[in-house]
Amino acid sequence: MNLTRQDVEKIAHLARLSITEQEMPVYVTSLSSIVNFVDDLSRAQTDAVQPMAHPLDGQHQRLRADVVSESDHREKYQANAPAVQAGLYVVPRVIE
Amino acid sequence: MLHNLSIGELGRSLTAGEISSVELARHFLGRIERLNPALNAVITLTADHALNEAAAADRRRAAGDRAPLLGIPLIHKDIFCTDGVRTSCGSRMLDNFVAPYDATVVTRLKDAGAVMLGKANMDEFAMGSSNETSFYGPVKNPWDLSKVPGGSSGGSAAAAAARLAAYTTGTDTGGSIRQPAALTGVTGVKPTYGRVSRFGMIAFASSLDQAGVLARSAADAAIVLQAMAGFDPQDSTSIDTPVPDYSAALDQPLAGLKIGLLREFFEGLEARNSALIHDALKVYRSLGAQTVDVSLPHLPLSVPTYYVVAPAECSSNLSRFDGVRFGYRCKEPRDLLDLYKRSRGEGFGAEVKRRIMTGTYVLSAGYFDAYYLKAQKVRRLITDDFRAAFTQVDLLIGPTTPTPAFAIGAKIDDPITMYLNDIYTIGANLAGLPGLSLPCGFVDGLPMGLQLIGPHFSESKLLNAAHRFQTATDWHHRSPPGYEQ
Repeated sequence: MNLTRQDVEKIAHLARLSITEQEMPVYVTSLSSIVNFVDDLSRAQTDAVQPMAHPLDGQHQRLRADVVSESDHREKYQANAPAVQAGLYVVPRVIE
Repeated sequence: MLHNLSIGELGRSLTAGEISSVELARHFLGRIERLNPALNAVITLTADHALNEAAAADRRRAAGDRAPLLGIPLIHKDIFCTDGVRTSCGSRMLDNFVAPYDATVVTRLKDAGAVMLGKANMDEFAMGSSNETSFYGPVKNPWDLSKVPGGSSGGSAAAAAARLAAYTTGTDTGGSIRQPAALTGVTGVKPTYGRVSRFGMIAFASSLDQAGVLARSAADAAIVLQAMAGFDPQDSTSIDTPVPDYSAALDQPLAGLKIGLLREFFEGLEARNSALIHDALKVYRSLGAQTVDVSLPHLPLSVPTYYVVAPAECSSNLSRFDGVRFGYRCKEPRDLLDLYKRSRGEGFGAEVKRRIMTGTYVLSAGYFDAYYLKAQKVRRLITDDFRAAFTQVDLLIGPTTPTPAFAIGAKIDDPITMYLNDIYTIGANLAGLPGLSLPCGFVDGLPMGLQLIGPHFSESKLLNAAHRFQTATDWHHRSPPGYEQ
């Protein structure tokens, strides 16, 4: 199944990725070939097979006691931020 | 020569006072300075850091500490967060990212006394099989600089092969330790899923990623894995099961070991490559192992399964890179949407974007059942095939890769051809099984690897089988021409 340009534009929007005009045909071709490649999966007989999200069966999300275990490292973690003001991350205006 | 000594030999030399950790660190730093420019294996050098750690190791040794990895230099794949040191994941997206904490793997090796020389180049966000997708340029295979070292742990593999460190760390999601180990003639171990903590290891595909080691022998790998493995409460997928003494099991005789030859691995394998594997099997038989034919009928679907599951998980994991809190931000964003789109569009390379979009597609409304859910079901079929095989045999054996290293640029334009490089390695990731690649010979002067796959938590047996092979052969002692001195 080949993807169209509109398909790729829609996927790129969902993934919040800008694709240049130049790059677009390359992605349409390569994504189509990948989708065609994985279409092989439809050959497999999987009625009554349980999907597997974790490679080791019987694993559950581990819980821990509801006690504080972390301390404030905001300054250290925000050292990598592109733009910070008063401990807040600065971005272009969101609400008009 | 110091760089040709095993970890055990280096430890004895350090203990005997023949060399100090500082001298050892200087020796490897000198090799990196001289040899790395041609290889591009190391992208961040931490020389001062290394010398400080080495001095601290010397003080610990003087106080009586004899930990096996004390004062021994390593290079970490640049996917592991290292406190105060740039952690780029091979991407422009994190080119400016200085990690504010250490990954558990880093902490454990630090506590064991390891001396970090630097960070290794890698395919961007661990996506690739040739180390050609890195923002920092390709890594060259020390056996032939026109060839790829494999990927995504290409820098780690090239550094281990070129003896730029005593060992290196890597990660393996679809073969990214085993395949480059095979193409560069080193021993690479991917442990059982959950054996080694993923805390601080930048996530690609959370149900597949595992940290491991690349070293010059199974004996060396065993020592490193010992320090890396074990339960970590900070990783919610870490398995709480005791870590056996991997080194103690190395010399067990192989009499009675049943090794399964995977029929699907040998179909279509070129004659010279196939001959090397068959020679390796003769060695195993001479060591007392029995070989049995087995079949994993769903294994041929492992590559398409992986290329649904891994991109789906990566599209989720990489959504955190948004130009807001850390990492690359585009210039003069017009609005929030533009900030996200251009930071990500400019910060990520083509293969990463391709996989994010593949993942987004297979998870999107209308396609989820046909692709993602379907892939998870096929994943179970593949896993069940492995489980059935392990009721008949102790380990599975086959080639790690279909061919030796290919030329830089040869496959980068065709994603599917590149994806098929992982055809022998991916199954173990899908089933969460431990796998190991060890050198088994040469084709046209380029190394080939033998792969062993075992049941969950059978690392001892894998390392034992690899070590016994290495006592009967010397492929793992070979150095790339020009790197011996």
